[in-house]
Amino acid sequence: MTMQPASTEIASRTAAIIQELKGLEGPLLPILHGIQEEFGHVPQDALPVIAEALNISRAEVHGVVTFYHDYRSHPAGRHVLKLCQAEACQSMGSDAIAAKLKQLLGIGFHETARDGSVTLEPVYCLGLCACAPSAMLDGEVIGRLNDEKLDEIVAEVRS
Amino acid sequence: MIPRIYIPGDSGALALGAEKVAKAIEKELADRGIEAKIVRNGSRGAYFLEPMVEVATADKGRVAYGPVKPSDVKSLFDCGFLTGGYHKRWLGAPDKIPFLAKQTRLTFARCGVINPLSLDHYKAHGGLKGLQNAVAMAPADIVKQVTESGLRGRGGAGFPTGIKWKTVLETTADRKYIVCNADEGDSGTFADRMIMEGDPFVLIEGMAIAGIATGATKGFIYIRSEYPHAVAVMRKAVEIARGAGLLGLNVLGSPNAFDMEVRVGAGAYVCGEETSLLDSLEGKRGQVRAKPPLPAHKGLFGKPTVINNVISLASVPIIMDKGAAFYKDFGMGRSRGTIPIQIAGNVKYPGLYEAAFGMTLGEIVDDIGGGTATGRPVKAVQVGGPLGAYFPRALFDTPFDYEAFAAKDGLIGHAGIVVFDDTADMLKQARFAMEFCSIESCGKCTPCRIGSTRGVEVLDRLAQSIEPEKQIALVTDLCNTMKFGSLCALGGFTPYPVMSALNHFPEDFRPTPVAEAAE
Ligand SMILES: Cc1cc2nc3c(=O)[nH]c(=O)nc-3n(C[C@H](O)[C@H](O)[C@H](O)COP(=O)(O)O)c2cc1C
Ligand code: SF4
Ligand code: FES
Ligand code: FES
Repeated sequence: MTMQPASTEIASRTAAIIQELKGLEGPLLPILHGIQEEFGHVPQDALPVIAEALNISRAEVHGVVTFYHDYRSHPAGRHVLKLCQAEACQSMGSDAIAAKLKQLLGIGFHETARDGSVTLEPVYCLGLCACAPSAMLDGEVIGRLNDEKLDEIVAEVRS
Repeated sequence: MIPRIYIPGDSGALALGAEKVAKAIEKELADRGIEAKIVRNGSRGAYFLEPMVEVATADKGRVAYGPVKPSDVKSLFDCGFLTGGYHKRWLGAPDKIPFLAKQTRLTFARCGVINPLSLDHYKAHGGLKGLQNAVAMAPADIVKQVTESGLRGRGGAGFPTGIKWKTVLETTADRKYIVCNADEGDSGTFADRMIMEGDPFVLIEGMAIAGIATGATKGFIYIRSEYPHAVAVMRKAVEIARGAGLLGLNVLGSPNAFDMEVRVGAGAYVCGEETSLLDSLEGKRGQVRAKPPLPAHKGLFGKPTVINNVISLASVPIIMDKGAAFYKDFGMGRSRGTIPIQIAGNVKYPGLYEAAFGMTLGEIVDDIGGGTATGRPVKAVQVGGPLGAYFPRALFDTPFDYEAFAAKDGLIGHAGIVVFDDTADMLKQARFAMEFCSIESCGKCTPCRIGSTRGVEVLDRLAQSIEPEKQIALVTDLCNTMKFGSLCALGGFTPYPVMSALNHFPEDFRPTPVAEAAE
């Protein structure tokens, strides 16, 4: 079997993460989370290392990585902004908020600003439906979005 | 006595600025040289009052203020809020705030009241009594009590919890699991999040009882990745519980072993479906499994598994504490006990409202929710998340009860209610339901995977007034195919929001071409 040579850097850091989590029951998702936390995405070069360590095929690992919305194949911007687009937020005007934000940032959903400052993503409910419309910026929650808060967000990601 | 100030650390409160308020209060305390203890509690769920700050006073008990802005903090101190003084944000005793006073708080009794990570607070407020009773009982008797309480799964399907547990108890195996479904993907719902952030020990207690009742020794809490705060609180709580002997080889000093782990999802709505969740925990693609076998027979890693929603499990401690009859006494028909209704979206008083089953939808939306936030008329409410039906005002007399909602072609689901005002376009909402299904489909069945994409296209043509009658017939047909040809409720129930929108709001599905002429 021929495998793409994994970049040694990625391989060794991946191996360290695997070593730490391998003992868990069903370790694959925790390992992938660990890798994404380490690299900001799940690098292709990490997949064969995982496959070998867990004794599963590389296709299987690839299948899992691509199934879940969270795992990125490429690095995100310096900031990640998730904007809720689900029903409770829709009822409070999340469509208009999204349109405004896209215009302010000059990007659409699933895109990263050219200066690498921010990646914009839709999310379907943050459990903040009583404070709609809502968003999450680098893990920080923001509710009752309005023009003023959008301006603050844009200023923050650009700073 | 050092004053004690409660500032919620709940995500909803944080989203409304609780952290800035906490910082401002800390600074003001320092500036004035006042010593006080700040407790980061959960939320009581009245989100229109968040951030709601409370002070424990010597003579008046707890006094609440809200919604507090950082700019209010200086004047709060000037008004003597540390001793309950009057201020324009003064709300008085939190228990007497109408939105909270009228509730029946069984599952959420402590949420927002105590320090979520203090076992002493937990015990001082009635925690652990259920587990203490359970360790002294035979497993079959615990199962019997849960069955007799009438508790049904709060995750959506409403399956009797005791019966599920009985199956696992009666299945012999070398290892069994308790899996807590904390994937809470439904829009309009946040009860699981609130309890995990505000009273995590009640969930741990419920899971430990489930373990003892069924002979399971290991538990997993599968929390969606969109809930980083809940993940952090649950992880800390599990560690504290382990340190205190609540978890481990001898639960509360008994011969029962039970331990648990927190796992994080990866952004797939379908992983809330129980078998898909199990595959995800095993490290696979989160695809739905065909049943049988039931998870109770062959669940996680092929072992007998109880899989329950957060609220189902968190309701068990009170049942084991106060007894089945106490719990069963609340509610109506076959819907027993209380249900944490989550009132969300375009509503004046959004929040979590725990009450016995049986209130009408109209009471919930108009009386408790206070109508829309925008002040416009309520047009529709979606009940039960993205797979739930849209209800028009004409059906507002429907009582909140599993069977009553089913009779109106709807569902309670996880008890989320999303309110829309009269600017809502129901064709757009129907299209979103189809789109959501196509984004989140696990891909196993054609009607769900392909049908939903076709549905979006058909509704788009309808929006452009291209042969409307034909499109309506097509979408109706598609919904039938999805309803009967899907393995799980994602494909199977997406027809609920679509068809309810079409049936109850037909005017929105016959767009007049006049709009174009007016442009
Ligand atoms: C697409 C889909 C998503 C679901 N999402 C959730 C969820 O987020 N949380 C949950 O508890 N149940 C969810 N369910 C229901 C579960 O399959 C299952 O019925 C539930 O976990 C059983 O627990 P309970 O009996 O305590 O309700 C979902 C079902 C489907 C079909
Ligand atoms: S209905 Fe959809 S989500 Fe459910 S099993 Fe089929 S393809 Fe998967
Ligand atoms: S729908 Fe947006 S936070 Fe729930
Ligand atoms: S809030 Fe601390 S014991 Fe009641």
